[in-house]
Amino acid sequence: MTHINPFLLFILLSIVKIAVVLVITLTAVAYTVLLERKVLGRMQNRWGPSRVGPFGLLQPLVDGIKLFLKEDMMPLAVERPLFVAAPIIALGCALVSISMVPFGTRTLVPGTGVDIFQVADINIGLLVILGITSIGVYGIALSGWSSNNKYSLFGSLRATAQMISYELALGLSLVGVVMRAQSLSLRQIVASQSEHGIWSWNIFGGLQIVAFFIYLMAAYAETNRSPFDLPEAESELVAGYHTEYSSMKFAMFFMAEYANMITVACVATLLFFGGAGSPFGHLFDHFGNGWFISAALPVFWFVAKVFAFLLLYIWVRGTVPRFRYDQLMGFGWKFLLPIAMLNILATALALAYHG
Amino acid sequence: MQIALFTIFGLLAIAGALNLLLQRHPIHSALSLIVVMMSLAVLYWSLGAEFLAAAQVIVYSGAIMVLFVFVIMLLNAGEEEHTRGSRVAAIAGFPGAAAIFCLLSFVFLSERHTFGATRLGESVNGVGSNILQISHVLFTSLLLPFEVTSILILVAILGAVVLARKEL
Repeated sequence: MTHINPFLLFILLSIVKIAVVLVITLTAVAYTVLLERKVLGRMQNRWGPSRVGPFGLLQPLVDGIKLFLKEDMMPLAVERPLFVAAPIIALGCALVSISMVPFGTRTLVPGTGVDIFQVADINIGLLVILGITSIGVYGIALSGWSSNNKYSLFGSLRATAQMISYELALGLSLVGVVMRAQSLSLRQIVASQSEHGIWSWNIFGGLQIVAFFIYLMAAYAETNRSPFDLPEAESELVAGYHTEYSSMKFAMFFMAEYANMITVACVATLLFFGGAGSPFGHLFDHFGNGWFISAALPVFWFVAKVFAFLLLYIWVRGTVPRFRYDQLMGFGWKFLLPIAMLNILATALALAYHG
Repeated sequence: MQIALFTIFGLLAIAGALNLLLQRHPIHSALSLIVVMMSLAVLYWSLGAEFLAAAQVIVYSGAIMVLFVFVIMLLNAGEEEHTRGSRVAAIAGFPGAAAIFCLLSFVFLSERHTFGATRLGESVNGVGSNILQISHVLFTSLLLPFEVTSILILVAILGAVVLARKEL
């Protein structure tokens, strides 16, 4: 490997990593949709999709083909450049933030300094994720405005107000975790929880269980998911901000929503559930010392935790009814925000007392 | 590579700023302003101030500009019209802006020894995180200005509450 320029090698490996992560994320998005349809179906005492392939496993493929082949309608009254740009912004922001997530323990490609399980290890990774999420609002805001349709506009106004409001609670709920880890790098936040397995995870050992629930609720509102799915409340707003969209442009919004769900699940796993760490800590480390086991087992734990969060998303959608809009705003500003601030105060006092 | 980043995003910032002035519709102007903010964030990043860059994106592009766009959408603002005032602004604006630019660059260049300096590409070259230093300065030598700023924001919030109360 000595005859390759290290910089060139870094670029090449990064491109490969980005391609692999993109393919895996998009596949995960497709199968999360199937999972949602299946689980919701079982919750409502029906089968869900079961015709295409064994257990309906090929359904995402067929859905994709259907959306590709549909006619791409462009209504006459839309603001054309923004109408086209909005779904791109939404999906782009949703996919970029996954690049900060470490999927496993630090494993280098032999002979280089390139980490296999993370696209970019940045020392302010958490802030970058928050920043990209806050840019993602524009996709939804502009889609409603450029559609030139009152229902779309209402949907995007609701979405914008809701996302700005809950971003505060979301950001403040993470401060406690950052104070405990004393770093904004996602790798170091995970490392700060890796000592004794489940007992050193932030949610249990770190006593950040309040922060976790604030994060969870704020994140559900940020991703416009039930019970906070007012921007696309079908009983009031037809379909909300994507009423005028069809074919692949609609599919891009749909994919952005599920990609955001996956990102939220990844961040919750990293910040509160020890990331790729095993719940048993280092208890069983002496059983398998092969390089494959030690590289693949953390990824397995990470995927299992993310999967649990996605199931929780679907479970909540199947059980909790939608909020009213004033309830939503009151809940965010009068309940979540003060509790998040109290949590910061309590964590700071506890850290000062112990330190 | 840092030079390339600087050139691309510096030009992008200037193009965004020009587009902001030339666009007739307020929402296009607001979107150009977002482009300017994002390019500035990249410039900060390439100068080694990664926390400042992230704060720029989260606060300016992610919160303040979203509110701008929100208000423009809510008021359904139409295209701007040229009035007498806008011609006066065009005549007086360019010399005024040039004068402010000259003044600022004069102050920054003559006082650069007291401000300190940084080089292009500090963060890319792997110098450590500067969040610790920023917070240290904010909570020791700059504590009073920092707290006074937060009181200023508190006053603004109270003013907003008072204004909104009147309509209830």
